[in-house]
Amino acid sequence: MASTGEDKRKVKAVKKMKDIMTTYYIEAKTAAQTGRKVAWITSGGPVEPLLAMDVIPVYPENHGAMIGASKMGVDLCEKAEAMGYASDLCSYARSDIACATVNGGPIGGLPRPDMLICGNNICGTVLKWYEVQARYFGCPLFIFDTPFCHTEFNDDMRRYVRRQVDEYTAFLAEACGRPFDFDRMKEVGRLSVEGQRTWQQVLDTAMNRPAPISAFDAFFHLALIVTLRGTQIAVDYYRELLAEMRERAAEGIGSIPNEKYRLLWDNLPVWYRTKWLSEKFASHGACLVADTYTSAWCGSLKYMDENDFLGSMAEGYSRIYLNIGVDEMADTVAAMVDKYGVDGVVLHSNRSCKPYSLGQYDIQRIVEERKGIPSLMIEADMVDERAFSESQIDTRIDAFMEVIRNRKN
Amino acid sequence: MNPMAEITATLADAGTYARDLKKRTNGRTVGYVCSYTPEELILAAGAHPLRLLGTQQAIHRADAHLQTYCCSLVRGILEEALSGNMDFLDGMVFPHTCDSIQRLSDIWRLNIPFGFHADVVLPVKLTTASARDYMADVLRKFRGDLEKSLSVTITDEALREAIDLTNSIRAALRRLYELRAANPGRISGSDIHRIVRASMIMDRRRFLALLEEFLAEASGKDAPAAAKPPHRLILSGGVCNAPDVYGMIADAGGAVVWDDLCTGGRAFEEPIPAGGDPIERMADRLVKRAVCPAKHGGLTNRADHLVSLVKEKDARGIIFLLLKFCDPHAFDYPYLKAALDREDVPSLLMEVEDPLPPEGQLRTRIEAFLEML
Ligand code: SF4
Ligand code: SF4
Ligand code: SF4
Repeated sequence: MASTGEDKRKVKAVKKMKDIMTTYYIEAKTAAQTGRKVAWITSGGPVEPLLAMDVIPVYPENHGAMIGASKMGVDLCEKAEAMGYASDLCSYARSDIACATVNGGPIGGLPRPDMLICGNNICGTVLKWYEVQARYFGCPLFIFDTPFCHTEFNDDMRRYVRRQVDEYTAFLAEACGRPFDFDRMKEVGRLSVEGQRTWQQVLDTAMNRPAPISAFDAFFHLALIVTLRGTQIAVDYYRELLAEMRERAAEGIGSIPNEKYRLLWDNLPVWYRTKWLSEKFASHGACLVADTYTSAWCGSLKYMDENDFLGSMAEGYSRIYLNIGVDEMADTVAAMVDKYGVDGVVLHSNRSCKPYSLGQYDIQRIVEERKGIPSLMIEADMVDERAFSESQIDTRIDAFMEVIRNRKN
Repeated sequence: MNPMAEITATLADAGTYARDLKKRTNGRTVGYVCSYTPEELILAAGAHPLRLLGTQQAIHRADAHLQTYCCSLVRGILEEALSGNMDFLDGMVFPHTCDSIQRLSDIWRLNIPFGFHADVVLPVKLTTASARDYMADVLRKFRGDLEKSLSVTITDEALREAIDLTNSIRAALRRLYELRAANPGRISGSDIHRIVRASMIMDRRRFLALLEEFLAEASGKDAPAAAKPPHRLILSGGVCNAPDVYGMIADAGGAVVWDDLCTGGRAFEEPIPAGGDPIERMADRLVKRAVCPAKHGGLTNRADHLVSLVKEKDARGIIFLLLKFCDPHAFDYPYLKAALDREDVPSLLMEVEDPLPPEGQLRTRIEAFLEML
C-alpha cells in the first residue's frame, strides 16, 4: 500500500504551478515582440504599481533560485569571480550579474529590462547589484529606499517613504509614456492583499498534525506570491492550494509519511539541496513545518490597507521581516514556534546573506532560552554549492535529531 | 613632546587615552562606527566623539555573535565592547550604512549593558529632494536623542561652534594632504595615517593645535633629496579603517599622494557649507560628500571621483585595499577598475584583513606592481 500512500501525498497544484510559471516566463521573454515593457525588481520590491501600468515584473532573485535549484550556480558564480566580483558576495547577485552577460542559466537568461526597481528593504546587496545592472543595461533605476527599522518606524520615515511612492508613480508614468493608472492600481492593490492573505492561510494549514504542507513545499509554492503578487492568477492558485491543503488536513495526510517531530527553518533555502535535506529530515520522522522565509511575503499584512494600498504601502514595505531589528526577528521566530507547535529550530547560516545571517546567533540564543527547545545551525549558501559540506551536515543533523528524540521520549 | 610623538603615543593605546581624557575633563564620551556620524552634534552636546576602529586582540567573544564571514572591523569593534574595554563609553552611535554595521547595532543594543544606544537611520539614496529632507529630519531626531540621553540642550550656537571646529580640522587635513601631494618626500605616509586616525580619537581642539604645529614645521622643512622620484600612487578602497601599508609602499619606491578612504580623503574633502541653519548645512554636506559605496549617489560618481583624483594629483597608479567580507566595496571594485582601465591607469587589488596578512605576501605584490609602472 506504500505506493498509494505516496500518490496521496502528491500535491495536485504542483503541475498547475509549473504551467503558470512557464506561461509567465514565455510572456516575459517575448515582451519585446508584444510591445510590453519589462522591469527587473527585487523580491521585496513594490511590484503592484508595475502591474497597474501593465509592465511585466521579472525577479532576478527568483531566477537566482532557479539557477541554484538546477545546480548551475557554481559555474555562474565562478564567471562573476572572473569578472572581479569577490567570492563572498551574495550568490544571487553573482550568478545574475554573470548570467546577464552570457544569457546562460536554466532559461537562457532573463529578458532585457526597460527599467530596474530596487527596494532595499531586504539588504544593501540589491542596491549594489542593481547599480551594476543599471550600468550594464543603461536603463533607468528607481530606488525605493525604506529606512531600516531597528526599533521603530517613525513619522520621519513614513513621510520619506510616502513621498517616494509618489516619485515611483511619476517615474512609471514617465517610463511608460502615459499617466499612472490609479484606478487599476486600486484593483491590483486589493488583489495583492488578497493573495498575501491567502498565502498566509496556506502556510497556516501547517498548524495541523500532521502538517499537510512543509517548508520545503512552501519554497516551491512561494514563486507566485513573489512574481505574480497583485494578480488574479496568484489569488486563484493559492485558493486552490488552500482548498487542497485543508482537505489533506481533514484526511490526516501529512507532507511526510510519518511525522513525529516538527521543526522550524530559518533563512533562505539551500536551493541545490532542498530534496536531500527534506528527505534527510523525513528519514528521522521530522517535518519542517514552518519557516521565516516564505512567511516574509505576508508578514507585514497587518500594516496594509487594501482600500488605500499606495498610502499604506510605505509602512507595509518598510516593516518586512528583514528590515527589522534582531530582537523583533527573534520575537517573530518565538511566536512561530508556539503557533506551529515546533520541537526544534534549524538555522541556515547563509554566507550569501549578511542581513539574514548576522544576528542569527543571538536569535538562536533568545529562542532557545525563551522556548526551551534545541536548535541546529548549519553553514551553507543558497546557490553556491562550494559552501555545502554534505558529510558534515549529515552528521550534524543526525546528532541534532538524537537530541530531539531524547527530549520527546 | 613634538606633535607627532604625542599623536603616536595616543594611538599606541587609544582606549587608555580616551579613558584618561574622560577622567581628566570629567566629560562624556560617545563612541561611533562610521564617518557618516554627525560628530558636530556630539561635540555640541559637550561630549567627546570617539571613533571605534576595530581591535588588536584576537577575536573570541565576538565569535558568539558574529559569523566569521563578517568583516574584521565589525567583529573587532564588538570584541572590544564585549571584553569590557569600552565600558567607559556614555553611549554609542550607529549610522546606517552597510548590512554588517546594521546588524552590529542590533547585537550591540542587545548585549552591551553600558551607555545609551542611538541609531542614525540615514537615507540610502542621496540623490533626491525627499532624501535630502529626510537627511535633515534624521539629524534633528539625533539631536533630540542626544539631548535626552545626555540630559543637555544642544543650542544652535554650540552647533555652529562645533561646525567651525570640524571644518577647521577638515581644512587642516586638506592642507596636510596637499603638502604631501606637492612633495611626497616631505611627509611620510605612516605619519599621515596616524594623523588621520588621531583626528577621530583625540580631543578635537588639542588635535587641531597639534596638526597646525605639525603643518607649520613640515611646510618649513626641505624635502630630502630623493635619488629617484617615487611613483605617485592613490589608495582607494574598502577599509573603513585602513591598515598601515605605507611603509611597504615607500620601501618599494612608491609614494601615496592622495586617497579615497574613509579614514582619509573621504572623511574631510567636503566642508560643511557656510551660512543658514546648522542642521540643514550638515545635511547638505552629508548628501554631497564623497559617497560611501553602501549609499547611492549616482551610478558612476565613485569612478568619476577616482579618475579625477588621478588626474588632479598626477598619480601613476591606484592600489585598492579591500577588506575581506566587505560587500559594498567589493561590489564597486570591478567597475572602478574598468573605469581606470579605460583611462590607462594601472591598478592593484589587495585583499586585506585586520590584522594584516603576512607582510611578505603584500610586499611582493606591491613591489611587482611598482616595477610594472
Ligand atoms: S540573499 Fe540576502 S543579500 Fe542576497 S539579495 Fe537576498 S536578501 Fe540580499
Ligand atoms: S566606507 Fe566609510 S561611510 Fe561607508 S561604512 Fe565604512 S566608514 Fe562608513
Ligand atoms: S569594511 Fe565594509 S563591511 Fe565592514 S563595516 Fe565597513 S563597509 Fe561594512
